[in-house]
Amino acid sequence: MQLSKSTSSEKEKKLGLGVIFKSKMAAILIATAAIWVLFTFLTDGNFLTTRNLSNLFRQMSITGVLAIGMVFVIILGEIDLSAGSTLGLLGGIAAILNVWFGFSAIPTVVITLILGVIMGAWNGYWIAFRNVPSFIVTLASMLVFRGVLIGITGGNTVAPLTADFKAIGQAYLPTVVGYILVVIAIVGSAYLILGNRKNKIKYNIEVRPMALDVLTIVGIGVISLVLVLILNDYQGFPIPVFIMLLLALILAFVGTKTIFGRRIYGIGGNRDAARLSGINVKKHIIVIYSVLGLLCAVAGILLTSRLNAGSVSAGQNAEMDAIASCVIGGASLAGGSGTVAGALVGALVMASIDNGMSMMNTPTFWQYIVKGLILLIAVWMDISSKNKK
Amino acid sequence: MSEYILEMRDIVKEFFGVKALDGVTLKVKKGEIHALCGENGAGKSTLMKVLSGEHPAGSYSGKIIFEGKELSQTSIKDSESVGIAIIHQELALIKQLSIAENIFLGNEIGARGLVNFSEQLNKTNELLNRVKLNVNPLTRAGDLGIGHQQLVEIAKALSKNAKLLILDEPSASLSEGEVEVLMGILDDLRRDGVTCIYISHKLNEVTRICDNVTVIRDGSTIGQVPISEIDQDKLVQMMVGREMKNLFPREEHKIGEEFFEIKNFNVLDPFNKNIKRVKNASFTLRRGEILGISGLVGSGRTEMVASIYGSFQGQKSGEIYFEGKKIDIKNPNDALSKGIAMVPEDRKKDGIIAGMSVAKNMTMSNLVKYKRPLNVIDKDKEMMDVLKFIDEIKIKTASTELAIKNLSGGNQQKVILAKNLLAEPKILILDEPTRGIDVGAKYEIYKLIFKLAKQGISIIMVSSELPEVLGISDRVLVMNEGEIKASLENNGLTQEMIMNYSVGKKNEEVSESYSEETKTSVGGI
Repeated sequence: MQLSKSTSSEKEKKLGLGVIFKSKMAAILIATAAIWVLFTFLTDGNFLTTRNLSNLFRQMSITGVLAIGMVFVIILGEIDLSAGSTLGLLGGIAAILNVWFGFSAIPTVVITLILGVIMGAWNGYWIAFRNVPSFIVTLASMLVFRGVLIGITGGNTVAPLTADFKAIGQAYLPTVVGYILVVIAIVGSAYLILGNRKNKIKYNIEVRPMALDVLTIVGIGVISLVLVLILNDYQGFPIPVFIMLLLALILAFVGTKTIFGRRIYGIGGNRDAARLSGINVKKHIIVIYSVLGLLCAVAGILLTSRLNAGSVSAGQNAEMDAIASCVIGGASLAGGSGTVAGALVGALVMASIDNGMSMMNTPTFWQYIVKGLILLIAVWMDISSKNKK
Repeated sequence: MSEYILEMRDIVKEFFGVKALDGVTLKVKKGEIHALCGENGAGKSTLMKVLSGEHPAGSYSGKIIFEGKELSQTSIKDSESVGIAIIHQELALIKQLSIAENIFLGNEIGARGLVNFSEQLNKTNELLNRVKLNVNPLTRAGDLGIGHQQLVEIAKALSKNAKLLILDEPSASLSEGEVEVLMGILDDLRRDGVTCIYISHKLNEVTRICDNVTVIRDGSTIGQVPISEIDQDKLVQMMVGREMKNLFPREEHKIGEEFFEIKNFNVLDPFNKNIKRVKNASFTLRRGEILGISGLVGSGRTEMVASIYGSFQGQKSGEIYFEGKKIDIKNPNDALSKGIAMVPEDRKKDGIIAGMSVAKNMTMSNLVKYKRPLNVIDKDKEMMDVLKFIDEIKIKTASTELAIKNLSGGNQQKVILAKNLLAEPKILILDEPTRGIDVGAKYEIYKLIFKLAKQGISIIMVSSELPEVLGISDRVLVMNEGEIKASLENNGLTQEMIMNYSVGKKNEEVSESYSEETKTSVGGI
């Protein structure tokens, strides 16, 4: 809101490349596109086949689900190093329930999700009520959960799963559902973006150029349509991708629209000030860790289902990919900033590198090196662009 | 050589096209204490950053001549090497290190990578003597009070053979007693030939200790005058560019019945349960009353009010009665829901969420007010409140969406005040509400305090500045070492009377000497 005495006419920034590039999101998306173009060349176009892209999104869904929970932990100014082990253990438990105990998919999923919440709350309890730094608590959990997994499986791979359980990670939505999703995406984004714009104008706050808003809606429409066309061209919308997007939508809503979300940003920005503002900081920490635990359970179920097995090493280093995704997506480990959308795009970057390099038959060690360097450069670029301001 | 040790001529410094300094000239004589005054945002700090090398040569235009030579310093180290040292408002000691290690940090005495500790300790003792600080040089800096830390900073500057010492708001967080010590030391330094630039909002200190004063406003020099030719009113006028007859815009307000009481309040130190921060404190509060709480730093004022608000981490015992009912306040949320709000002492640490917008900071404690189904925030309603307060208490901000850290201290404080007013409190606790705030913003905050009192809101104001306590309060509680020593109606009350109680003079002595001048009820209610 400009407080100078000006007329209450609409205030628009001029549309220019500067405005577009200022948006962090746009910068990451452009970088992702660049990575895709590069891989397309290096793989003689194989990277861009509908089959590969469908696989890419399905692979991404596990890191993506972790990242959209991790980003809230990071916004709080905390960290979770145990996410990979939690995912592994919960995936293992799901496999054991399904294979050894013969539970069908639904009770297996329900029990796993409940255990996920409990394991997350366990971390949260030690951090919030026992004041142990989250780095230590979750480092301990990382070891403990991995140990439990090895213990209960006796080091064995638990397989094969029942068909209904396998479907969660491997099946596709019918093609028509994909088109319905596109319509929902366009109508929903138009409603939100234009509504937001109307509000800003009402309170005389500077708004982005109308053209940019329209462009965003059109962009969302085109991207989601292309996405669905690609996925439908192969076999349809993969269920894991659908679950990831659904969860991301819910969490993005919580993060940007609700009182709870606002408070999370407040606590991450300045914990003392938040406490003095009457916010129950401990409660929020427990809830956020429980949510991440729940998402670890979802990711664990997806992974076990996709692999058709519960394995001892499942989810190893997954927390690192998730943290890297959040940071590439603009979250700061100092707390107070980060977005669900950013975390999701970060996960897409990580998955693209994994997928592209595997297609090129590059040895795995290169994937680690490249992912590490990309993380470093992404954060460096973010910091240096901030310093220039 | 001229009589000036330092001449800064026509300094212009721009930040992205905005001129923070627009041709400032500053001339400081050798061996004097030179005051630099101006409202927050006038450019004092920027000017000193230019001088100390934090803004390197080339990033500004103009000339700096120090001891006859033109400076072209490119770093803080460069400035230090010619003898210019700055002591920042926010102390930069490393809490975990000892005094000696802090003083010689970066300039360790020793050879071949090894530190000569005994030599360092000797030197530290010498330096501590010079600043009259009688403590073990091995004491951890974090264990010292703020006043002592300040003295260590001065010792550190002296260790670098500083010829020109810049003190940025050195007394902002000192108690009156500590200020006395500081004044004495500055006097000694002047005798030793050390030149000082003294930046302060506290005009009584400026007029007391300084030789000359330079006033800057909006990035330009308004004038340079000998202290002997100016008084505080004149100085304020130069600083704000308008006449301000009365620093305290006192307004009559009706004081109602007693409705709040604390009884036998005891508060323990959060880290050491053997230390009582507040001892057996009891007091009452009337509707629409402005209750000042005075006392030296460490007298338990902050601990008492923070415990009432439920934000102090130490254990507490005692009873609180509110509108006839006994209430229990376990955390700030309990207090807020009862109608007790607090503006904390340390704005940066406990008040603002630096990276968040002005609007979000303002509504942070009252989000439930805008609750819609699904826990969604009603942004329309929120924005209406934000705009209302920006207008009502004149918060200067370019936008509601601007991060609060970009606002001046005074405007940040107003946002925090607005946040607490949004809670529609019946009792508003203000802990050092005007610390580090310029004169203009202070005046507006005082006006607001009286306006609230008129509306029947009771104010509890903790303040280290006696003129403020006297200028604002209806009644004053004086604390000393955790106890409430006196409750004094503010008519005919003087600074000396409050000081006597705050330094813990025996009650009889005090009441004997003042009993005729004021109603004095000693020892609580």
